[in-house]
Amino acid sequence: MLRLQCPSVSSVRPGLCGVAALKLLGAGFLLSYSTNYPLYIRSVPTENELKFHYMVHTSLDVVDEKISAMGKALVDQRELYLGLLYPTEDYKVYGYVTNSKVKFVMVVDSSNTALRDNEIRSMFRKLHNSYTDVMCNPFYNPGDRIQSRAFDSMVTSMMIQVC
Amino acid sequence: MRVGGGREPEAKMEGLTLSDAEQKYYSDLFSYCDIESTKKVAANGRVLELFRAAQLPNDVVLQIMELCGATRLGYFGRSQFYIALKLVAVAQSGFPLRVESINTVKDLPLPRFVASKNEQESRHAASYSSDSENQGSYSGVIPPPPGRGQVKKGSVSHDTVQSRTSTDQQEPASPVVSPQQSPPTSPHTWRKHSRHPSGGNGERPLAAPGPFWSPFGDAQSGSAAGDAMWSGHSPPPPQENWVSFADTPPTSTLLTMHPASVQDQTTVRTVASATTANEIRRQSSSYDDPWKITDEQRQYYVNQFKTIQPDLNGFIPGSAAKEFFTKSKLPILELSHIWELSDFDKDGALTLDEFCAAFHLVVARKNGYDLPEKLPESLMPKLIDLEDSADVGDQTGEVGYSGSPAEAPPSKSPSMPSLNQTWPEMNQSSEQWETFSERSSSSQTLTQFDSNIAPADPDTAIVHPVPIRMTPSKIHMQEMELKRTGSDHTNPTSPLLVKTSDLSEENKINSSVKFASGNTVDGYSSSDSFTSDPEQIGNNVTRQRSHSGTSPDNTAPPPPPPRPQPSHSRSSSLDMNRTFTVTTGQQQAGVVAHPPAVPPRPQPSQAPGPTVHRPVDADGMITHTSTSPQQIPEQPNFADFSQFEVFAASNVNEEQDDEAEKHPEVLPVEKVSDPASSLRVAKTDSKIEEKTAASAPANVGKGTTPLAPPPKPVRRRLKSEDELRPEVDEHTQKTGVLAGVLASQPSIPRSVGKDKKAIQASIRRNKETNTVLARLNSELQQQLKDVLEERISLEVQLEQLRPFSHL
Repeated sequence: MLRLQCPSVSSVRPGLCGVAALKLLGAGFLLSYSTNYPLYIRSVPTENELKFHYMVHTSLDVVDEKISAMGKALVDQRELYLGLLYPTEDYKVYGYVTNSKVKFVMVVDSSNTALRDNEIRSMFRKLHNSYTDVMCNPFYNPGDRIQSRAFDSMVTSMMIQVC
Repeated sequence: MRVGGGREPEAKMEGLTLSDAEQKYYSDLFSYCDIESTKKVAANGRVLELFRAAQLPNDVVLQIMELCGATRLGYFGRSQFYIALKLVAVAQSGFPLRVESINTVKDLPLPRFVASKNEQESRHAASYSSDSENQGSYSGVIPPPPGRGQVKKGSVSHDTVQSRTSTDQQEPASPVVSPQQSPPTSPHTWRKHSRHPSGGNGERPLAAPGPFWSPFGDAQSGSAAGDAMWSGHSPPPPQENWVSFADTPPTSTLLTMHPASVQDQTTVRTVASATTANEIRRQSSSYDDPWKITDEQRQYYVNQFKTIQPDLNGFIPGSAAKEFFTKSKLPILELSHIWELSDFDKDGALTLDEFCAAFHLVVARKNGYDLPEKLPESLMPKLIDLEDSADVGDQTGEVGYSGSPAEAPPSKSPSMPSLNQTWPEMNQSSEQWETFSERSSSSQTLTQFDSNIAPADPDTAIVHPVPIRMTPSKIHMQEMELKRTGSDHTNPTSPLLVKTSDLSEENKINSSVKFASGNTVDGYSSSDSFTSDPEQIGNNVTRQRSHSGTSPDNTAPPPPPPRPQPSHSRSSSLDMNRTFTVTTGQQQAGVVAHPPAVPPRPQPSQAPGPTVHRPVDADGMITHTSTSPQQIPEQPNFADFSQFEVFAASNVNEEQDDEAEKHPEVLPVEKVSDPASSLRVAKTDSKIEEKTAASAPANVGKGTTPLAPPPKPVRRRLKSEDELRPEVDEHTQKTGVLAGVLASQPSIPRSVGKDKKAIQASIRRNKETNTVLARLNSELQQQLKDVLEERISLEVQLEQLRPFSHL
């Protein structure tokens, strides 16, 4: 079915290691306005959550830029994992886009050097799988905020593992 | 909690006089309400429910509570409870509520509570009012005569039905409300609700008026009532209140018929919570799983499945399932969660098992049970078709499905065996779990391909020969061959990925003329301790070297040093480079001069000198490099001087190449046979000597000329290798051999004559140079081997560390 939104997820590590927040952002294709609005936001440290929301939102521009940079290759050949979008002094932002323009954005604390790129990839993969499971649920309307418990549990476990 | 007999035999408390029946009744009620067995009943749900069931106005209830002193105490002690019950009876009888009325009112019927108990109360009250058979009847109440109960139930059923219908509006909420009384564990509440076992088979004694809520009593009464009401319905479908899919046509009739019975059961259930729960608990003790689907339930589910999907082995698409379950009027969020739980394979469609699980969860949710976080084991989809078991388990008495779809069937003894049959089948879901898990993880595995590919590439890239086995023989042979063939062997990078076989093939192709390719192959095969990888590297190195070697041969003046330098990326090649650089000028001059057969450079006089030096400096790498390069060009020059003049012009190159080709052929052959570099060198030298000696006249040119060109690049390598192997034992052997060779060499030319002398001298010198170069080669190869071994170890370490990077 058509996905009307482009959700994106962002996660940030919490605590001393950093802050972890997951955020799904969605963008509308057929809606009168095409914006990216979050489908799922999750941050491990609840404080400063707004900051992470802001970071994720601003990173959408980078994601769009990377997507557009693909050019003709487009979706089929474009790799889903976008890699490090941009590093700040404190955090690193990773991006992942699915074939349906669902964006996952993950904000990770820079001090966590143990987090390898492969781990980020695997995390995004798990997110993608869980997201598809959510989509398979006929009771889920694309565009709604994701309230799946399975998705939450997966995200929680992932963030706990990372932290 | 069991059907407690009069716990407190005292018939009086606080002036309360209770008849035995009342005593019993009240004690049972108290036990029912006394969930925690604390001998005092807080104003918990059960009490409130009880009072609500009394169908008294709220103000009356409050008054009663106040009168009994509960409000004062804040809880219902036994006395307060009894008083309250008495007051309820008083109120129900229409008497004014007075504290004194407790004792004043005689022949007060037992308090009635809305439920099947009502009928019980009414009946029993009547019976007890007579009080003639209190004692006996009471005792008999517990196992009340079914007949009487049923008969009366039947008579009362109509009333009850009417009451039920009247309370239908209330009851719809009761199934959901009742659980709230005991919200604790859903299983517990489920058990409480499960009354189907008690389903009126008639076996259970009707609930006595006293112990109206005796586990069997109420259950049976309710069930009996249910039976009575459902008598008209052949299939006792599970409760419809939890199947309140109003739009479901097939169940519509059932709905209309069942709500009453359902309500009845629910009410009975609610009232009979304790005992019923106890009873059910007892019965379900063997099946401690509240989520099990009874056969009847399963049959119902299957029927529902058929309405959507006639093929029982087919799927229900998500949209159809969504519509179906939306009719249950559950919140979308809960339906979404139910879907998540039931769609085991995450395919967006429901199989029969998944559908049954989802249905079961819906029913459970509608009855107030919280949805589990994980799919219960009994609901796990199974590949085994349970229809047979469902049919087997179908029992007529399974009426008590009121809101207890998850109730374990154990409560029904007849059903137990059949259910037992289903359990093993359900338990086999573990197998399917595995399959499902595999399936569920399949997507993960699929998506993980990308990541898998990435590491694979670097691995393959690193696959290039780690253990390097660089036997001088091989390398030398290869170099000789490659050099001779002038093969356009790959660039330095490709060797890394080339296999020995390929190399050998290439050698074969390139040196088609030469049979040395086979020799090289043999040489490779003879190379023992090292794996093919080192061979590859060796080949690569040799190839690289051969490039350098071939360059001078192929093109007349192409300087060998430049080529080998870039190709020799290994440390061993440093020496080579050094050697080459040192010898560049000389060799180039020599090389240049070689083909054109312009022998201005070398001087015959110099030949013996260097040759002498060579054996002396056999152990000295530097000297070798210093002398040998000088001598090499000298020697070849020297040799060429005498021989190239003969060949001159055009054929020189060709012949030289041919000779050079042949020479290396010989050399590899020798080397093949002799793994020891020194021996090889010795053999080559000996071969050369043989060649020279055998073909002294005819092969003079050949003997010498081939010596000249081949030794050049070979010399370099030999020199470098020799430099690398100062301490090799072979070195000593070489020296010995060299000495022997040298010793033999000088003797030859002198005996022949001036020309022959010169030729032989040149031959000797060439041999010496050869040996020197061979030694150098061996040394270099040894060095290379060491370096490659280091590389192997480093890569092994890298591999060991690699897994950590993947965490």
